[in-house]
Amino acid sequence: MSSSTASRWGLRTLGLGYLALLLLAPLVLIFFKTFEDGIGAPIDAITSTEGLHALKLTLIMVAIAVPINTIFGIGCALLLVRHKWKGNAAIDAVINLPFAISPVVIGLSLFLLYGADGWFGPALSEAGIKILFSIPGMVLASVFVSLPFVVRETVPVLQEIGTDQEQAASTLGANAWQTFWRITLPAIRWGVAYGVVLTTARVLGEFGAVTIVSGQISGQTETLPLFVEKQFFNFNTSGAYGASLLLALLALMTLLAMNLLKRKEA
Amino acid sequence: MGITVEGANKRFGDFQALEDVSISVPDGSLTALLGPSGSGKSTLLRAIAGLEDLDSGRVMINDEDATAKPAQKRGVGFVFQHYAAFKHMTVFENVGFGLKIRKWKKPEISDRVHELLRLVQLDGLAGRFPSQLSGGQRQRMALARALAVQPQVLLLDEPFGALDAKVRKDLRTWLRHLHEEMHVTTIFVTHDQEEAMDVAEQLVVMNNGQVEQSGSADDLYENPANEFVMSFVGEVNRLGDSFVRPHDMEVVLDADARTQEGMVQRIVALGFEIRVEFVLGDGTEVWAQLTRNELQRLELREGQIAYLRPVQAKSFNGSSPSQDHGASTPRGSADEGDAEKPAAV
Repeated sequence: MSSSTASRWGLRTLGLGYLALLLLAPLVLIFFKTFEDGIGAPIDAITSTEGLHALKLTLIMVAIAVPINTIFGIGCALLLVRHKWKGNAAIDAVINLPFAISPVVIGLSLFLLYGADGWFGPALSEAGIKILFSIPGMVLASVFVSLPFVVRETVPVLQEIGTDQEQAASTLGANAWQTFWRITLPAIRWGVAYGVVLTTARVLGEFGAVTIVSGQISGQTETLPLFVEKQFFNFNTSGAYGASLLLALLALMTLLAMNLLKRKEA
Repeated sequence: MGITVEGANKRFGDFQALEDVSISVPDGSLTALLGPSGSGKSTLLRAIAGLEDLDSGRVMINDEDATAKPAQKRGVGFVFQHYAAFKHMTVFENVGFGLKIRKWKKPEISDRVHELLRLVQLDGLAGRFPSQLSGGQRQRMALARALAVQPQVLLLDEPFGALDAKVRKDLRTWLRHLHEEMHVTTIFVTHDQEEAMDVAEQLVVMNNGQVEQSGSADDLYENPANEFVMSFVGEVNRLGDSFVRPHDMEVVLDADARTQEGMVQRIVALGFEIRVEFVLGDGTEVWAQLTRNELQRLELREGQIAYLRPVQAKSFNGSSPSQDHGASTPRGSADEGDAEKPAAV
């Protein structure tokens, strides 16, 4: 009994210690570093024109990429689980690509597609549409890297709830649309919500792919993570830390929002 | 009127779930689809509901061709084995779902739902969620939900399959009473012959995607069309080419021209009914169903030699398409070597 208690405590200490060292310590350090020289410097950095613009741009990325990936993710999960056909295995594999490929490579591939010498680049620029070094390209990159989350979180939930409830709804007179809104979506909502939170966090923090397609033009195509990098290399550490902290807070708020919603319902 | 299925075929990959199935269910009747698992009975029920598309064949509901209609337009009430309760809705919302879809006004929905909840004896639980109900209560809720939209027909897919024996029996009786009150054409699927005979007015026995026989419980029991039906609707012994019900096995102590010699292997008392197991000369195992009084009169003991006289035997020679069906091996008979039988008599 006592030896098992001891080993249990040992394991707990080890687990928590590992997490603390790996995850918590850097965050806490950033927090302290930010306010090392007082509260003024980081606030100044964030509220500078570039800082505010970076924040706005990041929020725009989230506002566009998250709904796109949510709608696509739910639709794709429904297709994978509810409509069995031969192409499903291929779709399933392709959806995982953004997880497998480095974001930098994704950025480069977008460059190849939409760049001046790319496949679509010349035609698009002729039509007056600018993809690279502007918001559309950055949105594309963000959508690409965060594409799998909603699908991956929704598929198992859809499989678990089965088709009984949907079939019951249809025998009760509900059409496909009514069945989706009243039965399927409420049943999978927490899977979707978790996918949305992960997608949001990923889009907030996306660096690699966006760096390449954005061109990092201050006050124009600079998101918060890019802003952090620039501040860091310009030796404005308190500005870099301040923006980092802001990013972390944004991600934390998303998580908190989901937990609050969940608690309210239960 | 009622439900008619004509020439229904359905294939899932290599598996022929329904093969040229035709049934006719009279208006207002209570019919059971009875068969072992994989016999196609659930597929047939789902095809009637529109939850499964037939490869060919026709489904008529109240003289209207429903074959091409989607489930939502067939006007059927369907009850699933595992309830299919809408977990995120209360009992009230579950039962009122179909009415809400039909855009009923709130007070009317409320009246109708409470009326139904009274009918299924769930009044007072309207605000609960399905997770707070027992299995029997969930199934009654599902039934109320199906009945709320006043379906033309009520279809139940193994409705009591997931419930324990006691609740099952109660619900069975209750369903029969409900049907007597409502008179909505009802089909229910079951693999339990006792349940089918207890509840239904008409039975349709299915096996390997085909209808073996349909008729009243008495009819099927007394005049089974083949070996499969005979063994599925009751206990049966196999003696050579003929089949005998255990209660039609007379046990006597003196041999004559019509008797077979057997040794009492085991005597099992099941209350008033006694099961006496014999092993015949050729190793065939059969059993006779006696009453307690008969057993006392005969004074049978295990290990004793006695004589068996089949009072009523049936044989289905030549006309048995179901001879190769695995499920048709009669219970209580362990022999495979029929050829040696005559020598043993």
